[in-house]
Amino acid sequence: MAKSAEEEHPQKAVGWAARDPSGVLSPFKFSRRDNGDNDVTIKILYCGIGHTDLHNLKNEWGTSLYPMVPGYEIAGVVTEVGRNVTKFRVGDKVGVGCMIGSCRSCDNCAQDLENYCHKGILTYNSAYYDGSITFGGFSDKVVVDHNYVLRFPDNLPLDAAAPLLCAGITVYSPMKYFGFNEPGKHLGVVGLGGLGHMAVKFGKAFGLKVTVISTSASKEKDALERLGADSFLISHDPDQMQAAMGTLDGIIDTVSAVHPLQPLINLLKTNGKLIMVGAPDKPLELPIFPLLMGRKLVAGSGIGGLKETQEMVDFAGKQNITADIEVIPMDYVNTAMERLAKGDVKYRFVIDVANTLTC
Amino acid sequence: MSKSPEQEHPIKAFGWAARDSSGVLSPFQFSRRATGDEDVKFKVLYCGVCHSDLHCVKNEWGISNYPLLPGHEVAGEVTEVGSKVTKFKVGDRVGVGCIVGGCHSCENCNNDLENYCPQSVQTYNSIHFDGTMTYGGYSDIMVAHQRYIVRMPENMPLDAGAPLLCAGITVYSPLKYYGLCNPGMHLGVVGLGGLGHVAVKFGKAFGMKVTVISTSPNKKQEAIERLGADAFLVSVDQEQMQAATGTMDGIIDTVSAEHALAPLIGLVKTHGKIVCVGAPEIPPQLPVFPLLMGRKMVGGSLIGGMKETQEMIDFAAKHGITADIEVIPMDYINTAMDRLVKADVKYRFVIDIANSLTQA
Repeated sequence: MAKSAEEEHPQKAVGWAARDPSGVLSPFKFSRRDNGDNDVTIKILYCGIGHTDLHNLKNEWGTSLYPMVPGYEIAGVVTEVGRNVTKFRVGDKVGVGCMIGSCRSCDNCAQDLENYCHKGILTYNSAYYDGSITFGGFSDKVVVDHNYVLRFPDNLPLDAAAPLLCAGITVYSPMKYFGFNEPGKHLGVVGLGGLGHMAVKFGKAFGLKVTVISTSASKEKDALERLGADSFLISHDPDQMQAAMGTLDGIIDTVSAVHPLQPLINLLKTNGKLIMVGAPDKPLELPIFPLLMGRKLVAGSGIGGLKETQEMVDFAGKQNITADIEVIPMDYVNTAMERLAKGDVKYRFVIDVANTLTC
Repeated sequence: MSKSPEQEHPIKAFGWAARDSSGVLSPFQFSRRATGDEDVKFKVLYCGVCHSDLHCVKNEWGISNYPLLPGHEVAGEVTEVGSKVTKFKVGDRVGVGCIVGGCHSCENCNNDLENYCPQSVQTYNSIHFDGTMTYGGYSDIMVAHQRYIVRMPENMPLDAGAPLLCAGITVYSPLKYYGLCNPGMHLGVVGLGGLGHVAVKFGKAFGMKVTVISTSPNKKQEAIERLGADAFLVSVDQEQMQAATGTMDGIIDTVSAEHALAPLIGLVKTHGKIVCVGAPEIPPQLPVFPLLMGRKMVGGSLIGGMKETQEMIDFAAKHGITADIEVIPMDYINTAMDRLVKADVKYRFVIDIANSLTQA
């Protein structure tokens, strides 16, 4: 008979989990494996909340397994290291992002692109090597193979740095891969949420001109005055969009709701690139003519490899870049999820796990 | 009162043009400008028949101006050069492709990307800077600015080389730009027509493995035995497509009929690229998840700049690459167009202008 979540591993753990596609979270007792030779055990201090957590909790992609403990923007301190672990010591400030395992032998893994490994193991809702289902960071501790642990620089506050591990890398990786890290280029950012606001910050740090493209006029002041964006376009204002045609070298599109691509493609210059990092659950219409007329492309990107994630965190440390967050207690999480569904947060909720997770 | 096509320029010319969207072509008297300082005038010997010619004579894109004289795969011999022309002389074998003018001052023109210039003038159905309509290569003579003249190497036959001026550059340019040109890579080619068959040839010349993806199983033998493709997938065969999942570095999609992108996205490896050079009228559906999961991309491309067109011609000559053609007399053109609608040609019609374009 299969063991319960509480019994399958030797270390007791507590967290909050959803039991069904209502997505409502509540206290949950489970267990973590013993710290193996290659493992690092982390006492979780903070965990960011991403829109993907919401999609997963409600089984919007049809792949959810319950009970589900979400959370993949984990920040905490090391409490134990296995004997093969040299990179980390007890007391180190560390984090875990979206992935905690991969095959380590395919072409992608060999190029530090574990995020594109066909056998990638996600931090939660995934089958681990031992067959057990992974549980994420809405919990008191996690045990992770040292290859999937990130080090935080001392100067970054852990609560505001936690969202770098998903939101940060998700925009940083394609910005580098597609060349939007060279000063002087003009980048559009569609959607000003968790991902979008990080893209604006990284964009300015790279020396780019940044234009935010949004449906919400109410976000303009913040975008320009606080985040440092150079300009702001209301996407449903035809005059503004017309005036901006052919001005952008690239666009990072963070929006996961279904939306039209043609107006965005029109904003691009010749050779322009529209990079999707949000995943609409229905296919979008792709007008091919505009791609031909301007040699433009539409591409996708998903998080980043571990090496690049560490590089991004180090860059953020040097540039003092963290997320803009609203810290919440664990028992606020269901309300937070409802607000997140409406985009009502500037710009990431972070759970104060250490101080508020009681079971 | 504006002048007629016969009178608007000083040099008499003759060709075949469509008068309306029936697309039926017939003899047409018109005129060419005098050879300017930077112009090259040449006697047209051959002109390829491109699917775009068909779209245009029938006004399928809604932008046709009649009378419409098509032809943008034009090859011939220089008969006169302007005083400032140094690169060409009388007797040279030359060609003209899809464009004959541009602003020469925008970022694109300055980067040898005249094809992306917002003011580019097309070889036919376009308004030239002097306000007159451009007429293409289904005609006896042409006059073009030297920047838009391509030298055809001595060892390249003009009839089989002419189609490279559109079909050739249309596939060559994106293969290079998107990096689908390195030995050992695996390229998919969707559609085996004028563009597709040339893509197979360039793909093999780049040292790549080439798989043709087609709806027609009867093209398989040709593709493998004559064109040199390594494999052939019938796109409506689910099992074949499934077995080829994640095997290609890139795909060049030459098909302009409506078709699905999702199966093609599945065929490319992670970081794979799908390049569209055919323009379907109905926008296809783009599933975004697979792009994110595999960092894949879908991009477009349109012919190429003049520098790259010359580079492509020289590359083709070096590797003995020309189009597979069916040479036709001028008065066969309407039948050829009917056959082109049904893709009944292996793989490009080329009009033998010099020997068959006669004044009635």
